[in-house]
Amino acid sequence: MSPRAAAPLVPAATDPALIRNFCIIAHIDHGKSTLADRMLQITGVVAERDMRAQYLDRMDIERERGITIKSQAVRMPWALRQAEGPEQPYALNMIDTPGHVDFSYEVSRSLAACEGAILLVDAAQGIEAQTLANLYLALENDLEIIPVLNKIDLPAAEPEKYARELADLIGGSPDDVLRVSGKTGMGVEDLLDRVVERIPAPTGNADAPARAMIFDSVYDSYRGVVTYVRMVDGQLNPRERIQMMSTKATHEILEIGVSSPEPTPTKGLGVGEVGYLITGVKDVRQSKVGDTVTSAAKPAAEPLAGYTEPLPMVFSGLYPIDGSDYPELREALDKLKLSDAALVYEPETSVALGFGFRCGFLGLLHLEIVTERLRREFDLDIIATAPSVVYEVTTEDKKSVTVTNPSEFPTGGKIAEVREPIVKAAILAPKDYVGTIMELCQSRRGTLLGMEYLGEDRVEIRYNMPLGEIVFDFFDNLKSKTAGYASLDYEPAGDQAADLVKVDILLQGEQVDAFSAIVHRDKAYAYGVLMTGRLRELIPRQQFEVPIQAAIGARIIARESIRAIRKDVLAKCYGGDITRKRKLLEKQKEGKKRMKMVGRVEVPQEAFIAALSGETEKKDAKK
Amino acid sequence: MAGPLPIADPAPADGLLPASATTDAASRVFGVYLHVPFCRVRCGYCDFNTYTSGELRGARQEDFAHQAAAEVRFARDVLEASGAPDGPASTVFFGGGTPTLLPAADLVRMLGAVRDAFGIAGGAEVTTEANPDSVDADDLRRLADGGFTRVSFGMQSAVPHVLAALDRTHDPMRIPLVVGWAREAGLDVSLDLIYGTPGESLADWRTSLGAVLAERPDHVSAYALIVEDGTKLARRIRRGELAAVDDDLAADMYELADEMLVEAGYEWYEVSNWATDAAHRSRHNLGYWRGDDWWGVGPGAHSHVGGVRWWNAKHPAAYAERLAAGVSPAVGRESLDHATRETERVLLATRIREGVEVSSLHAGGRHAVAGLIADGLVDARTALAGRLTLTRRGRLLADAVVRRLLETVFE
Repeated sequence: MSPRAAAPLVPAATDPALIRNFCIIAHIDHGKSTLADRMLQITGVVAERDMRAQYLDRMDIERERGITIKSQAVRMPWALRQAEGPEQPYALNMIDTPGHVDFSYEVSRSLAACEGAILLVDAAQGIEAQTLANLYLALENDLEIIPVLNKIDLPAAEPEKYARELADLIGGSPDDVLRVSGKTGMGVEDLLDRVVERIPAPTGNADAPARAMIFDSVYDSYRGVVTYVRMVDGQLNPRERIQMMSTKATHEILEIGVSSPEPTPTKGLGVGEVGYLITGVKDVRQSKVGDTVTSAAKPAAEPLAGYTEPLPMVFSGLYPIDGSDYPELREALDKLKLSDAALVYEPETSVALGFGFRCGFLGLLHLEIVTERLRREFDLDIIATAPSVVYEVTTEDKKSVTVTNPSEFPTGGKIAEVREPIVKAAILAPKDYVGTIMELCQSRRGTLLGMEYLGEDRVEIRYNMPLGEIVFDFFDNLKSKTAGYASLDYEPAGDQAADLVKVDILLQGEQVDAFSAIVHRDKAYAYGVLMTGRLRELIPRQQFEVPIQAAIGARIIARESIRAIRKDVLAKCYGGDITRKRKLLEKQKEGKKRMKMVGRVEVPQEAFIAALSGETEKKDAKK
Repeated sequence: MAGPLPIADPAPADGLLPASATTDAASRVFGVYLHVPFCRVRCGYCDFNTYTSGELRGARQEDFAHQAAAEVRFARDVLEASGAPDGPASTVFFGGGTPTLLPAADLVRMLGAVRDAFGIAGGAEVTTEANPDSVDADDLRRLADGGFTRVSFGMQSAVPHVLAALDRTHDPMRIPLVVGWAREAGLDVSLDLIYGTPGESLADWRTSLGAVLAERPDHVSAYALIVEDGTKLARRIRRGELAAVDDDLAADMYELADEMLVEAGYEWYEVSNWATDAAHRSRHNLGYWRGDDWWGVGPGAHSHVGGVRWWNAKHPAAYAERLAAGVSPAVGRESLDHATRETERVLLATRIREGVEVSSLHAGGRHAVAGLIADGLVDARTALAGRLTLTRRGRLLADAVVRRLLETVFE
């Protein structure tokens, strides 16, 4: 703890002029959580002995992957030396923001709760695409930006170079860029001083009806939903009835308080303050990010601006690998939904995969997080089908169909137009990779929007691209083609008409729904060849020949076949072999339960999974 | 005898059998199998329970006949005490290992122990396996004089590079000699072949089949090479030193064998076995497939009496210790319930020419028959007459046929 860690100001009785609300904008591994840890320690809100790495990241997944999924707010006391007189204590509210583009709406709400932002950049790596995107958002929200280079203790740090880069980006001199080490704590006190000096105090009308913006909403299995708010006008008090302005639903405040960083009840929250509310609701959907909380007795006339419903951008089918886990999967999704307002799903059946759910996600990372949580927190083995985006299909009889699953794609050749979502993608990479990246984007139907040098050797390349191309392993490709150096950010940019077709995969004439895909006509053949080839490698030989075809409607565009198995017999079966043979038979019988039947073709579940995930390992030559 | 021993119940020290196993024993054929677990060298493909002299840990080949005779007497006592009729033996089979690594006199002494304990039925089939380079004319004559009626030579191939890949040491030119000596001694002759050896071509295989047919044996066994885990062969294939076995080529080889053997007047009577006529089928082996009773004597030997299966300690030293202590050499046993016996019955009977009676099948199995006929796996004519007999294609897919016949038994 620093000797300057002050006695905390009392919430609900703090002059807004002594409050500073800020967030940290940083790329995934640029050290945001470590810096936050140091701040907690230096300001004395977390005792040395209670300190654990990445204190604020609650979920295991977050801590392991070093990323922050859900934001939180921490109130920290900090005293500033005055020119004369005693030190002046302030209350600093650090609002943690999710770092990923999938959660850009949540990011925008977190930013809206602040007056300033620390732009934190790894002194060995420079700024990344997502950070740049969030920086734009922060500037749009008129936040005061404090540029900071982190990890200056690293031997590979190049603070001069990246200070120039940051100064170029946001204006000002490279000398204004603070240099800290979250690891050693070097420079962190100066940073806290800078926060107090540079970030404006919040303003609001203390006498107006209460208005508080929800910037996060977290489900806690013991306490129900914990709603994080930033007070704008008025005051909220314990036991008061509140109203959610988007739904008009009312609840009673059971507890109100601030995190420092453990939840600490207070007598209320006043103008400019940041804290939490507990009302006993059990579902985060009843406490939506961006919504305005007001007093039920004396409601505000107008909600705060900026609220929108979360919109899923990417869809995928989630199936239990063991079909009997379906009820558990349903239960798990129901539970996840309580803490994830953006997750949507409905039951779906697949010939290949059985019973599962069609789920909508904000983006690929969101999909990955949900599947990972299902595996880890609920111990479920699941398979996700290839992600798909939302297509608007107009048929010749002028009907419009929204397609979130290739199986919904209208068939029969009466399609007038298909519109696909497009995004503005920004890719940041060392300049040597420009050619490679442009080639990749071009192959994914990208249109170049522009290119800019960032500092001496890094380039930002901007493309308009179909989202459907991005969700299909674009990021993996980008990373592998740039030795991991490129970073990607994208934002929705409307839609466009495109010549898209649905490619079906047929096994012995039977369509295997999980492999149907909506692709551009120019890529249909390549997709067909890829999938039929994969399945030929993965499906064991049957007692008959099995044709595998790729088709657009009734037209076959690619074809493979699995030759019939000719030998399936144990050569020797004498006295000592019988027990072993019988046990083998019983095992095969068990194995058959994991087989999916497509017509007469027995396909091991693993084959479907491997084909979907692209691990085309050679199938066992022997059955 | 391949692979590790199954996991099962412990076997009782006294070896006694439950009444359920012995009640109908009189209606079943009784055979004795004697396992001689010694080899001069271990072949690269072999995972049988056999030991070279360096691996015996104090067990001695010269004591073996004595130990086996002790187990034969133990068998008689157990069967008597369990209420089973104690003989006579309709078939006796010496397998290995290499039984003929023991002096002929030892084999004759062991057979004598069987005769003393159970009696040997008139016209009984008494076989020994033999390596072409471990017997001579005198040995074969002594065996015939001692009561043996049949010898099965492990010929495997007539092509030197195939024999080399299998680590077989004999000279293929020796086959005509040993077959001639066996004939002179009055023994029936069977020749064993292996096909699908890495590097073996279809032409090589045709050469081996031709060499077999030139000898006109009474009986031929032809086994697709099984690459067992843990063998030197499996390691060499994994390391890429030898080509993996190609199942399609093996299927071609099976078809060629069946064509050439049938052309030469042989008849298949089990998936991997052919004989000149019904009289020359191996009656001992048919006992396995028909669910008859047999006592397996020797290390690692398996036995079956009326739905109870058990197996002996694998290592000759452990085996000898148990016998010396007057304890059953069996280390594991299982009593099969009705459904399991039915599974085994279908699994085994499907492999042989007499096949499975359609009416004996579970409803689900009967239901599968039409599909098996349609797929060309069982013979339509015999099926209509009430018996399931595999076609040539069906024999190559026998395991798949069994699964289809048993599909609903477990459900």
